[in-house]
Amino acid sequence: MAVILTLKNLTLNRDGKKILVGVNLEIGDGEIHSIIGSNGAGKSSLAYTLMGLQGYEPEEGSILFNGEDIAKLSITERAKKGITLAWQEPARFEGLKVRDYLAIGAGGNGNITEEEIRSALRKVDLKPEKYIDREVGEALSGGERKRIELASILTMKPKLAILDEPDSGIDVVSLKEIVSLIQALKENGASVLVITHRKEIAEASDRASLMCEGAVLRSGDPEEISHFFINRCIPCDNRLYLQED
Amino acid sequence: MTVKTLKVLSEEVEDMGLAYAAAGGNTAVLHDHGVSSLVISGSKVLSANQTEGVELEKEETETGVNIKMTIKKGYRIPDPVHLCFGLIPEDGVQEINMDFIAEEGSAVELVAHCTFPNAVKIVHKMDAKMLIGKNASLKYTETHFHGPHGGIRVLPKAHIKIEEGGRYFSNFTLIEGRVGLLDFDYDVDAGKDSICEMVTKVYGKADDLIKVKEKISLNGENARSVIKSRLALTENAVSEFIGITEGHAPHARGHVDCMEVIQDNAKAEAIPIVRVDNPLAKVTHEAAIGCVDKKEVETLMARGLDEDAAVDVIVKGMLA
Ligand SMILES: Nc1ncnc2c1ncn2[C@@H]1O[C@H](COP(=O)(O)OP(=O)(O)OP(=O)(O)O)[C@@H](O)[C@H]1O
Ligand SMILES: [Mg+2]
Repeated sequence: MAVILTLKNLTLNRDGKKILVGVNLEIGDGEIHSIIGSNGAGKSSLAYTLMGLQGYEPEEGSILFNGEDIAKLSITERAKKGITLAWQEPARFEGLKVRDYLAIGAGGNGNITEEEIRSALRKVDLKPEKYIDREVGEALSGGERKRIELASILTMKPKLAILDEPDSGIDVVSLKEIVSLIQALKENGASVLVITHRKEIAEASDRASLMCEGAVLRSGDPEEISHFFINRCIPCDNRLYLQED
Repeated sequence: MTVKTLKVLSEEVEDMGLAYAAAGGNTAVLHDHGVSSLVISGSKVLSANQTEGVELEKEETETGVNIKMTIKKGYRIPDPVHLCFGLIPEDGVQEINMDFIAEEGSAVELVAHCTFPNAVKIVHKMDAKMLIGKNASLKYTETHFHGPHGGIRVLPKAHIKIEEGGRYFSNFTLIEGRVGLLDFDYDVDAGKDSICEMVTKVYGKADDLIKVKEKISLNGENARSVIKSRLALTENAVSEFIGITEGHAPHARGHVDCMEVIQDNAKAEAIPIVRVDNPLAKVTHEAAIGCVDKKEVETLMARGLDEDAAVDVIVKGMLA
């Protein structure tokens, strides 16, 4: 399989603290790749570094997207290449209608049909007629806001979608919808990097990686990786140690 | 009137029509005889239409127009009354003196569009005296559209008296184009059981200067009011907001709410003043000035907008 993203020795410091300590990772074109690992392992930080957020400029290493190093590009430039991010806690936009928000990623209202917007809302299990004219603001519940965030990723038709815990704040019965949404992204030609604490999502991926203390510990078959995480690592003092065999 | 001046006039009507449409107005209503309307270009009244219950007197002066509008007792005007004020040339002065009366029990909505699409050196002055009679209601929306040059001074001044049980809602918006200088000064005398809500939304850019002063005196028992201002400033724009609410009568309730976002070198000052001299009155305020939320900007950038466009979307949302 062709490789779309290669991370080589990616390191990140924030406020004098080592957050990423030489991350190496490869994501295949069209692959669903999940990142698992305990709280504070550096998963969100890795996502932010890939998107190029302010304060997440890597000290060392490279981010190769389709062979080109994008580590110095702005967020917008990365987005224009087809990379996008769904935040763990999405932002709210007072006064911005759902329909206009979903059109932004598609390049504006002129580049997307009403039916495409409605279809994206249906894919995240929101009734279009109920939500399309609402504001992406305080009046939405956390879970509704999360779903709209995922719908906005769908309408963007990205090449690489980075989803930071798309399952958090989503009720358990809707987990399978998140799985099918990730699959829909893949069918539309995207590679998906999904950060998750849910076994169901990890096991629906093509491959998985385990992060621990700012590094990728190992990558491989999702079942094997999550089995390893659950049975061979013990959380201790907010750090992970490998258990003796 | 010669054919030539007629042609000039019709061109002017057409220009104002276009400018009115650019400001968000619906030109069809200006030609609808079932709807009251008034179109003023500079110091010329281009068209005027009055419907039942609306009395409209106008007088052209050297620098503008004096208007007297009365909504007759008990009339509830079904369609909004449309007003269009503007100047098409790059320079000039327009002074509007407005004497407005909503007689007892009447109700009306005034929709004003003020449009100065080519402004380079323009002064637009508005002096209004408004009387909202007993149990009468006025909803007043004023939307400005200025050109990109910023050479305009907008000086709206109004004194509003609301009698017992009257209601006054105003919404002033200046978002499109450059502000230039805005010196907004409204003062309300609110009577017993009256309701007053004043909303101002302004987007300042470059070296725009925005001064907004709104004062409500809650003089009658049980009078209620809200002052709400939303200002966004970028580049070197400067704003001074003063929102004053005074509670002088028992059970009067007032609130001042000012929210501003600033970027670049913009400077904002917000002064909410609450004065209460009746122990049964209560007036509260909140004011917040901050920058545009970073996560919001980065989210929109991750959807492909550049930073300026992202900020624009966020600010327009706040001003929506
Ligand atoms: N500005 C900062 N200064 C110091 N430490 C920071 C800073 N920002 C993040 N960290 C630390 O970096 C580590 C990684 O955080 P990150 O949010 O990436 O973890 P995560 O794997 O996404 O965890 P979770 O599963 O809880 O979402 C944490 O220990 C966090 O406290
Ligand atoms: Mg996280």
